This record gives sequence, structure tokens and C-alpha cells, in this order.
Amino acid sequence: MNYMDLISAAPEMTLLVLICAVLVADLFVDNEHRVYTFWLSIFALIITAGVIYATVPDGRIVLFYGSYVSDPLSQILKLAIVLFVGVSFFYARDYLRVNDLHKGEFYLLGLFGLLGMMIMTSANSLLTMYLGLETLALSLYALVAIDRNNVTAAESAMKYFVLGAIASGCLLYGISWVYGMTGSLQFHEIAAAIAADPSLNNLPLWFGLAFLIVGIAFKFGAVPFHMWLPDVYQGARTPVTLYLASAPKLAALALTLRILVDGLGGLHETWSSMIMVVAVLSLVVGNLVAIAQTNIKRMLGYSTIGHVGFILLGIFCGTGEGDASALFYTLTYVVAAAGAFGVIIVMSRRGYEAENLTDFNGLNARSPWVALMMMFLMFSMAGVPPFVGFFGKLNVISAVLASGYTGLAVLMVLASVVGAFYYLKVIWYMYFEPAEDQAVLQASTDTRVLLSLNSLSVLALGIVPGWLMALCIEILG
Amino acid sequence: MLTTYLLSVLVWLPIGGGAALLVIGDSGDARSSQAGLMRIAALVFSVLTFLLSVVLYAAFDNAATGMQFVERVSWVDSLKVFYYLGVDGLSAPLILLTTFITPLVVIAGWDSIKTRPAQYFAAFLILEGLMIGVFSALDGLLFYVFWEAMLIPMFLIIGVWGGERRVYATLKFFLYTFLGSVLMLVAFIYLYLQTGSFDLFGFMNVPLSLPVQQVIFIAFLLAFAVKVPMWPVHTWLPDAHVEAPTGGSVILAAIMLKMGGYGFVRLSLPIVPDGSAYFSGMMIALSLIAVVYIGFVALMQKDMKKLIAYSSIAHMGFVTLGMFLLWHIAAETGAGLGMTGAMVQMISHGLISGAMFLCVGVLYDRVHSRQIADYGGVANTMPVFAAFMVLFSMANAGLPGTSGFVGEFMVIIASFKANFWFAFLAASTLVLGAAYTLWMVKRVIYGEVANDNVAKLQDLNSREFVVLAVLAISVLLVGLWPAPLVDMMNTSVELLIEQVAQPKL
Repeated sequence: MNYMDLISAAPEMTLLVLICAVLVADLFVDNEHRVYTFWLSIFALIITAGVIYATVPDGRIVLFYGSYVSDPLSQILKLAIVLFVGVSFFYARDYLRVNDLHKGEFYLLGLFGLLGMMIMTSANSLLTMYLGLETLALSLYALVAIDRNNVTAAESAMKYFVLGAIASGCLLYGISWVYGMTGSLQFHEIAAAIAADPSLNNLPLWFGLAFLIVGIAFKFGAVPFHMWLPDVYQGARTPVTLYLASAPKLAALALTLRILVDGLGGLHETWSSMIMVVAVLSLVVGNLVAIAQTNIKRMLGYSTIGHVGFILLGIFCGTGEGDASALFYTLTYVVAAAGAFGVIIVMSRRGYEAENLTDFNGLNARSPWVALMMMFLMFSMAGVPPFVGFFGKLNVISAVLASGYTGLAVLMVLASVVGAFYYLKVIWYMYFEPAEDQAVLQASTDTRVLLSLNSLSVLALGIVPGWLMALCIEILG
Repeated sequence: MLTTYLLSVLVWLPIGGGAALLVIGDSGDARSSQAGLMRIAALVFSVLTFLLSVVLYAAFDNAATGMQFVERVSWVDSLKVFYYLGVDGLSAPLILLTTFITPLVVIAGWDSIKTRPAQYFAAFLILEGLMIGVFSALDGLLFYVFWEAMLIPMFLIIGVWGGERRVYATLKFFLYTFLGSVLMLVAFIYLYLQTGSFDLFGFMNVPLSLPVQQVIFIAFLLAFAVKVPMWPVHTWLPDAHVEAPTGGSVILAAIMLKMGGYGFVRLSLPIVPDGSAYFSGMMIALSLIAVVYIGFVALMQKDMKKLIAYSSIAHMGFVTLGMFLLWHIAAETGAGLGMTGAMVQMISHGLISGAMFLCVGVLYDRVHSRQIADYGGVANTMPVFAAFMVLFSMANAGLPGTSGFVGEFMVIIASFKANFWFAFLAASTLVLGAAYTLWMVKRVIYGEVANDNVAKLQDLNSREFVVLAVLAISVLLVGLWPAPLVDMMNTSVELLIEQVAQPKL
């Protein structure tokens, strides 16, 4: 190892140094001037993004004795993760200030979570992956509980923590089996061991694999390991939900791709059937249960489960095309999810959350622009063209059909029709019902601009989706 | 050159205009000068689009085989999707119909739309652009994008400006048509995997085995049968028509239903000719059921809009009948007659059903009722209106000299060549159509003045007069001199029949 190696790991190191700086600086900031912490955090994000951009490697650089990898996939995901953490900070700022929650901890925990996610995307060994995952998870538990006087938030944090700990245990148990069978923690060595000795592809390794899949499914929130997700989405304060719903999905994708494709690609036949069961269940349960929800955060939680089904089905194919479609789907889904929670934040005010679907009644009369933006996001999630959600679904369905699973493709399109219903319900409340609440929306101009950019990007990406698809295929195809 | 990008301009001009209207938005009061400005802007955009489509008509070459005004640019590289537009004799008349009806709809909504006029007109303009997009797209994915995107403005038009049960009707409309279309998407992706691109001509040339063709035909059928709509997947239509505002009903009946018929000729017949041949008997049966059974259903309606909605289903039955007769007529006796009749019937039905819904809209604006029983003796207070309504009703019943006669007559002649009983059942529409339409006219227009509401009716204002007069002239024009329309289609119809006759197993 030499000095040059360290450059590839510079993003994480830079971020860690900057986090420490923000941590110290925040000590000297009082509550009135907490916005300084916010700007410092944004500054840290910009620097980190710059470093990531500057260190995009041409090929694959493995360092730290094979436990860390820097490749185009990791750098793209890191850039996207930094972007969405920044977006969630922007949405959060006014909301936290208005609700007397404007503490430095929010940004610091957010940055620590970011560090965890970045480590996950660059992990080349099961142990690095686990360390990144726990850094992220611990930050998330604390973030969910950040409003400590709020009973539901505390309850959901507790639930998240206990279930998360069980999942981490499963993951660790699976890791130990894989280590025991293959003799290594590093993905490329695991892959080599399986390729060298076909007899490994047998029950003991499958047993460990099953536990890894449980861990992955939990982190993604896939059925039947989704129990925490609706409760946490509903219970957490909306900016936390926004944070939780956006960037960590990208990290979970990295987790899945690294473990299943990089490490255990040789066991594709075995894990694809497990993933298929989980994915199909997510698709069906997520979309069906979402219909019955009256709380929009909870509804979006169940809708996330449905979307996870799509993402996992892309990975299920086991082809480069499938992985690329999962990456495209996740990237574009996260844009829409951030926007949808952004709308909820824009509609809230001091002591009032626009949590119920009926709170959206007559939004078109109160603020036609915000209603239009929300409509774009909902149609994108429903997969109606010309919004980008359609192209996400198209790619995954195309990959599934190319692998020869016609029945599965039909199931996927039928599930999106079911899903369309509850997205349409939001539009119905916004456009077809009279307004009960006549209060003017209080969001600041920059939040509105951010929301507009966020929503218009689902339209813009839908009109010119080619470059992003080409990028995903270049990375994974 | 104007004609190089003419189709793009036709698609994007109304969409751009609609987007501008949305961004400027409403000032809250429908009487304000801003709302007035929005109306004028909408009219300007729609009339401009119509004038451009006249340029299209003038520059259209009737004799040319193949596509005209072609534009082809790569859109999504990794999926080999092209922004590929072009028209032939099958699509150009439908584009003209679209651009012709939209300004009329804008004028018809001039005063009757009280809430959020800017959004209302924006929705219609965007819808117009998307519909032109459907008729001119030659790339499967582009076609699908326009096809689905079209649902969004119509969903809002019915839901925001519709009648009492609008939410139910619009959700049913959206989900029904969405469900129908998604399987078409799966079929497209399958064909893409076979051919390596979404080019419709690639789809048409790729050999497919009969079982595959059958499955693809069914996938297409679900999408198009829902749109046409064919019995038994027609149930969304009466609800959507009844609850939609007048303009929405007009666009639905006049243009959106044609999407289904157009889908059959553009996709089903040329891409899966053997599958279409296999199912042609079933399609004829379903069409005849629509003609006869739905005709009886229409007879019993108490609501004028519902009656016209059911009569639309019956008339669209002629369209599918004419198309699928192709395999049951010996080629030398003129197999093209049924197909041409179907195409003419689509245009004619667009004009007549649009006019009928506008007539009901005129009455509804005054009395706020669609029930036949609430009217009677309207001719006494609204003589000019009554004259128009009687004319359109006659056209709806297929009176010679009106456009309604031409298409139906061609299809009936064609079905005589195929089978006497097909013709017998199809011709029953001449009795049934006359019965349900004229009976409604008798109850609404003639007789004594039924009640105070009718006694207080004011005759047409100049705006309504212009709209109905323009439609009346076009109905008579197509009826008396259909040659320009038929000439426009002929080359493409013959080409299509040749193409369909080639098995591609």
C-alpha cells in the first residue's frame, strides 16, 4: 500500500475530517444561529462531492488489503447519495426551525449516516460492508428518535432499533457461514472460491446465503421483513422520513449488488429464487396494502415496498441489463420519493403535519403549482409516461422478459395498475375535492424552488432518459 | 422548410401552449380579464394548430405509398427508441379530425366553464398535442408514451369539471384503460426483444409463429377494445361520457374512441396478420353484438348523454366490423370496401357524436338536466337549435346525404359480400339507430312545451351557432362528397390489405 492508494479512499477521509469540524463548530453555535451548522454541513457535502468527482477511477481499484473498492459504481452511487443527503437537509431546515427541532444533531447524524453509506458502496469485504451498514443504521435509529418528546417517534425508533438489531444479527450470522465455507470475507475471493470448487454450491453455503438475504431484505424493507418500514415512515418526523426514504435505498442497492453479484454471483441460481419470492411478495403486498392507507406517509411507505419489489426483480435477472435496470430504477425512484416527502414538508407548518390523505383536499385551489408538482411525482411513481418512473419500470420489465419470465412481467404490469389506484387517490384529493383548510402554504422560496426542481426533474428525466440509462449500462451492463 | 418539421410542430405547439397556460394559471375569478385572456390564448393555439394541419392536408400526397412528413431522430439510445413521426392515409384524416374538433371544444367551453378556466383549456390543448402524437408516432415506445400520457389530461378533465359522480367515473376510466394498455406494453417489449428496436416497421417485418401472434393479438386487443370500446369491455364509457363536461365528452367520443380503431389498423393487422385472421370471426361476432345488443340498450336510456354514449358503442361496432371482414371477402370483389368504410365511419362518427354531445351540452347549460323526461317541445322555444339537433340525429341514424350514411353503407355492402347474416344483423342498425335517435328527438324536441324550464329557454347564441353550423356543414360535406376523404385513404388502405394478405409465420 502506498500514498496513491489513499487518494482512492479520499472521499470518506475528507468527509470524516469535515464531520469532526462541523461537530466542533456546532458546539459554539446557539439555537438562533443553528443555520450556520446547516451551511457548514452543505459546505462539507459540496467538498465531499468534489473529492468524489475528482477520484472517479477508470477501472476498479482495490485497496486496504482487499477490503475497500473504488469503481465507477461506487463513485456514482456516492455522488447520488451526497446529492440526496443535501436535498434532505435543504427540505429539513425550515421544517426543523419552525418546529423547534433545529438542532445540530440532525445534520451531524445525517453526515455520519452518509459516511456509513459511502463505506457501504465501497465495501469489498463482508466486514467493511457490515461496518458501513451499522454506521448508517445507528445514525438512522437516532435520527428517527430526534424528537424525543414525541411518543410515536420514540416508539418507531424503538421498533426500528430492535428489528434492525435482529436483522444485523442475521446478516452477521450469514457472514460467518459464508466465511466458514469459503475461507474469505472479500468478495472477489469468495467468488473465486465458489468458482474453483463447485461442491461449495451446496446446502451449507445456501444456509448462510439465506441469512444474508434476510439481512438485505430487511434493509430494503422487502416483504416479509418489511414490518418496521410503514411504522418508521409514519412515526419519524417528515424530514427524517425523507432522509430515510432517499439515500439509504441507494446504499441498500450497493449492499445487494456487492454481496449477491460481486461475491456470490456463482450462486445466482439459488439466490435468484429467494429474491424472486421476496420481490413478488413485496410487489403484491406493498401495492395492495397501500390502497387501504389513510396516512400519506404510511401509504408512501407501503408504496416503497412495492417499488423495492421492482428493484429486486431487476437484480433477480442476474444479467448486466437487469442490474443496470435496478440501478436506474433506484436512482429515479429516489428522486420521486424525495419530492413526495418534500411536498408533505412544504404543506406542514408549526404544529401541523399534512399527514392524512384528506389534508391534501383541494390543494389545487390553495396552491395550483404545488399540486401540479405533486401530480408529476405521483404519476411518475405510478409509472405513467412521460414521467421517468415509466422508464424505470420499462427497463426492469424488459430485463425480466429478456430473461424469459413472461408471467412475471405480466404480474409486474398488473401490480403497477393496482399501484396506480392509490397514487390517483392523492391526485383525486388534490384536484377533485374542495379545500377544507384555507391556510396559505408557508414554505420559503428556496424550498419551493427546490421542490419545483425536484418535481420537474421527474418530467425532464422522462423526456430525456437516454443519458442516465446509458450511464447505468456503462457501469453495470 | 415548414413541412419538414410539420408533425413535430403539430404535436408540440398545443402542448407548449397548454404548458404556458398552466404556468400563468388562473387568477381565481372566471370573469376576470386574465381568464378572458386565457380563453383567447387557447383559441389562438388551437386555431393555429388547425391551420397548420390544413397545410398538412394541402401538402399531403394521396398517391404516395409509405409514410410522409417523416421525422426520425434517436431518442433513447440504449433501447434503440427513435423519435419517429410520419403520417399516411390512415392517420392523416384522424389528425385533421383532431385539430378540427379541438377549437370547437374550446369555443364550446367559453362561458360554461366557471372554475379554473386556464387549467381547463390547458388540459385540452395538451390532450390535443398528445392525440396528434399518437396518430403520428411510428415508434412503438413513442406511441405508447403518447397513448398513456393522454390519459392524464382526460382524467383531470372528467374529475375536475365533471358531474356529480365524476370521481367514480374518472377513476374507472383511468384504471380500465390503463389496465388495457399495460399488456400492450409487454407485447411491445417482447417485439423489441425480437427485433432489437421499437420501430413499428421492424415489428411488421419480423416473422412470428401463430401462437405468439395469437398472444400478441390478445394483448393488443385488450388495449384497443377498451378504447373503441367493444362489448363487453365498454362499461367505462357510459359513466365517463355522462360525468364528463361537454368538451370532455366531445373529445372522448370524437377522437379518443378512434384511438382503438386506429390501433387495430396501425398495429394489430400489420404486426400480427395471422393472429388477426385467426380471431377475425370472434371480432366480427363481438362487433355485431355491439351493433345489435348495444342498439337495444341505447333504446332504453333515459339520460340523453348515456343514449349517445351507447349509440357511439354501436357505431364503433361498424368500425371493427369493417376491419375484420377483410378475411371473409374474396379479394377480387373488393376487400378494401369494408376497411375504407371503417375508416370513413371513424371520421364521420367523430363529427356526428361530437355534434350530438355539443347539442346536449347546449341544453344542459340552460336547464342543468340531461334527462329526456325533463324536456319536450324544445322546438317551440329554440327553433334554430332544433333544426341542428334534428339534422345531427338524422346523421346519427345514417340518413343518406349525411356522413353517417357513407361509412355504414360501405360496411354493410362489404358484409353482404361476406355473409348474408352478417349483413342482416349489421343492417339492423338502420332500424335501431333510427329508433333510438329519433325517439329521443321526438321526446325532447317535438310535442307541446313540457314545463317552465323549457318555456324559458333561449335559442342559440352566436357562439353556439357557429360551432354547430361548422359541424353541420362538415357532416353534409362528407355525406354528399366523400371523395376527397376516400382518396386520401385509398392508397394506404390498399397497401395495408396487401400487407395483411402476406402471412408472416
